[in-house]
Amino acid sequence: MSSTAAVHDSHDDHPTGIKRWLTTTNHKDIGTMYLTFSLIMFLIGGLMILGVRAELFKPGLQLMKPEFFNQLIGVHALIMIFAALMPAATGFANWMLPLQLGAPDMALPRLNNWGFWLLPPAAILLTLPFTLALFGIGDGAIATGWTFYAPLSVQGGMGVDFAIFAVHILGISSVLGSINVIVTILNMRAPGMTLMKMPMFAWGWLITAFLLIATIPVLAGAVTMLLTDRHFGTHFFDAAGGGDPILFQHLFWFFGHPEVYIVLLPIWGFMPQILQTFSRKPMYGYKAQVYSLWAIGVLALVVWAHHFFTVGMPTPALLYFMYSTMSISLPLAVLFFCWIATIWRGSITFETPMLFAIGWIILFGIGGLTGLVLADVAADQQYHHSYFVVAHFHYTLFAGGMMGVMTGVYYWLPKMTGHMYNEKLGKLHFWLTAIAFNFTFIPQFFLGLAGMPRRIPDYALQFADFNMISTIAAFVLGLSQLLFVYNIVSCVRGGKKATDKVWEGAEGLEWTLSSPPPYHSFTEQPIVK
Amino acid sequence: MVSRFYGCHMAAIDTERQKANRKLVIKLTWGVVGALLFAFALVPLYNVICKVTGLNGKTNVIPAQVSKQVDLTREVSVELTSSVMPGLGWNFYPETPRVNVHPGEIQSVTFIAKNVTNEVVTGQAIPSISPGQATPYFKKIECFCFQRQALNPGEVKRMPLRFYVSPDVQKDIHVITLSYAFYNAVKIDKKRE
Repeated sequence: MSSTAAVHDSHDDHPTGIKRWLTTTNHKDIGTMYLTFSLIMFLIGGLMILGVRAELFKPGLQLMKPEFFNQLIGVHALIMIFAALMPAATGFANWMLPLQLGAPDMALPRLNNWGFWLLPPAAILLTLPFTLALFGIGDGAIATGWTFYAPLSVQGGMGVDFAIFAVHILGISSVLGSINVIVTILNMRAPGMTLMKMPMFAWGWLITAFLLIATIPVLAGAVTMLLTDRHFGTHFFDAAGGGDPILFQHLFWFFGHPEVYIVLLPIWGFMPQILQTFSRKPMYGYKAQVYSLWAIGVLALVVWAHHFFTVGMPTPALLYFMYSTMSISLPLAVLFFCWIATIWRGSITFETPMLFAIGWIILFGIGGLTGLVLADVAADQQYHHSYFVVAHFHYTLFAGGMMGVMTGVYYWLPKMTGHMYNEKLGKLHFWLTAIAFNFTFIPQFFLGLAGMPRRIPDYALQFADFNMISTIAAFVLGLSQLLFVYNIVSCVRGGKKATDKVWEGAEGLEWTLSSPPPYHSFTEQPIVK
Repeated sequence: MVSRFYGCHMAAIDTERQKANRKLVIKLTWGVVGALLFAFALVPLYNVICKVTGLNGKTNVIPAQVSKQVDLTREVSVELTSSVMPGLGWNFYPETPRVNVHPGEIQSVTFIAKNVTNEVVTGQAIPSISPGQATPYFKKIECFCFQRQALNPGEVKRMPLRFYVSPDVQKDIHVITLSYAFYNAVKIDKKRE
C-alpha cells in the first residue's frame, strides 16, 4: 500500500498557506480544520462556563449581573453542542470515513469545503453580541438558555436574532455534512465491503446523518417562526395573537432530543473499535450493535416530550413519553453489554485512549442511569429544571460526548500526524479530567436533589459548600484541558515516529496506510474480502 | 484530478459513481425539504390536536349554545385568576375568586378592570383553562374576551362572563381553574404592521 502512496505523493501539489485551507477540498485538510475549530470553540465555551462557576462559587452576586450570567449559560451550551461536539464528530468523519471505507475522498468534496467554512461565521454571530454590548450596542447575547423558549425568546434583545441566524447557518452546515456522509458511506465503499462489513464508526455516523436530515430542518423551521414572531407580526408562539408558547417546546425538542443521539452515535461507533484494539479481541456482537444503533435512532424521534413533563400534559401522553423514553435503555443496554463483552478477558493494555474509553463507559453509564430517573414522570416533577438535570446531561455530553471525542483524538492522532503523542501527559490528562469531572458534577446531583434550580445566578446558603467544591473542581477540569492542547500541538509538531499500524491490536483499512497517510489515499480502492 | 491515474475502465466507473452520487444527493435534498415542510405542518396539526383535546386550555371564541340539562348530583368548583401582561397599564381582577356550579347550570361572574394610565387603552383578554382536559367542557355563552375592550383614562369597567360547565365533563374533575391574561391589543396590531 505504501508503494502506491509514494507514487501519488509526488502529485499532491496544492496551494500553500492560507489559500490551501480556504480552497481545500481534501478530506484530511477539512477534517483537520473541523477538529481544530472544535478544539478552539471547546476552549471558548469552557471559558464561559468557568465565568458561571466563578459566580456560583459563593452565594450572592459577586462578579456579574444576572443578565450576563444568563447569556453565558446559553451561549456556552450553543457553542459546546453546535460548535464543539458536532464539528468534532464531522471532523472525525472527514478524516476517517474515507480511510476506513477505502475511498479516495468524501463523495462531495466542494460541498465539504463549504460545510466547514459556514462554521466560523456562525461562531462569530453567536459571540459578537458580547463584543457589541461592550460598545453600547444592544444588550448582549441570547439570554434564554440554549433552548430559545418562547415567550422569553420572543421578548429578548437582538442577541436572540444573532443566535437564530447562527443556528440557521450551523444547521445548513450540518445538513450538508450529513448528505456528504450518507453519499460517501452508501456509494464510496471499497469493492467487497458490504454494509454489514462496514466499520462500526460508519454505522454510527450513517444514523446520525439521517437523524440530522430529519430534525435540523424542524429546528430551522422553529427558529424561523420565532424570527417572524419577533419582527414580522406572526403569532406562532404569541398567546396574545392566538399562538401557543408550548408549541415551541414541541418543535424545539422534536429536534433537541434526537440531537443528543446525533452527538453521541458517532462516538458509539468508534468506541467499540478502540475497545477491540486495546483488548486484542474481535468486537463482540457486531450485528447486535448495528441493530441497537438503529433502534435508538428510531426511538430518538418519538420521545421528545420528556423534556417538558411539567408543562401540563394529560396522563396518557405522560405515560407514553415515559415508557417510550425508558425503552431506549434496552438497546442502549445491549450496546453497553457488547462494549463490556468486547474487553472481557482480552489482553488489555492501558494506553491513553483505552483509559479514556473505559472511563467513558463508566461515566456515560452514570449519565444513562440518571436519565432513567428523570424519565420517570413522578420523579421528574421534583427534579425538573434542577441541578440534577445539569449533572445528568453533563455525564452524557461531557463524559459521553467530549471524553468520547478525546478518546478518538488520542487513538487517531498518531495516524493523523505521524507522531506519537506524549503518553505520560496523556495519562495525566485522563486522570485529571476524570477526577475533576466527577468532583464538578457529583455535587450537582446532590444540589439538584436538594432543590437548587438551574440557570439562576444566586442560591440559598444551604447550597454553598457543594457549589464551592463544584467550582474548584470545574477550574481544575478546565485547566487540565490545557495539557490536552499542549499534547496535541507538540504531537503535530514532532515526536516519536508512529508506525503504520500504531497500535498492536489495530484493525481496519486506515491502519494499512502510512502514518501520516499520503495527501491522496486509496486512489485505487482496496478490495475487501 | 485523480482520474488521470486511472485507466479507461476506471474512468467509466468514476462517471457512473458521479451519477449515482448525484441521484442520491437529490433524494436526500428532498428529504431535507420534506422535513422542513413537516416542521411547518406541525403548527396546524398541533392546533387541531389541541382543539380536539383541549390540551392547551383555549376556550371557545364564539358564544356556545345553552345546555338543556343540569346535573344536580355533583358540583364543580371554578377558580378564577387574572394577570396583566407587560405593556398594559391596567388593574384587572375577578370579583369573586371561586364559584361552585352544577354541571349544566348557567353562572355569571364579573371581572373588574381599571385603566390607571392617562390615555385610552385597548386590551384583549386571552383565556386558559387548567386542567387542559376540562377545556372542551367549559362553555362560554357571553364573555368580555370575545371582543377587545377599550378603557378611557381612569375608567373602571365591570366585565361579565356567563358560562356553564358541560354535564359531559369527566367525573374526576372537581376543580377547574380559569385564568385570563390581558394583553395590550394596540401593541399587537403595531407589531403586525
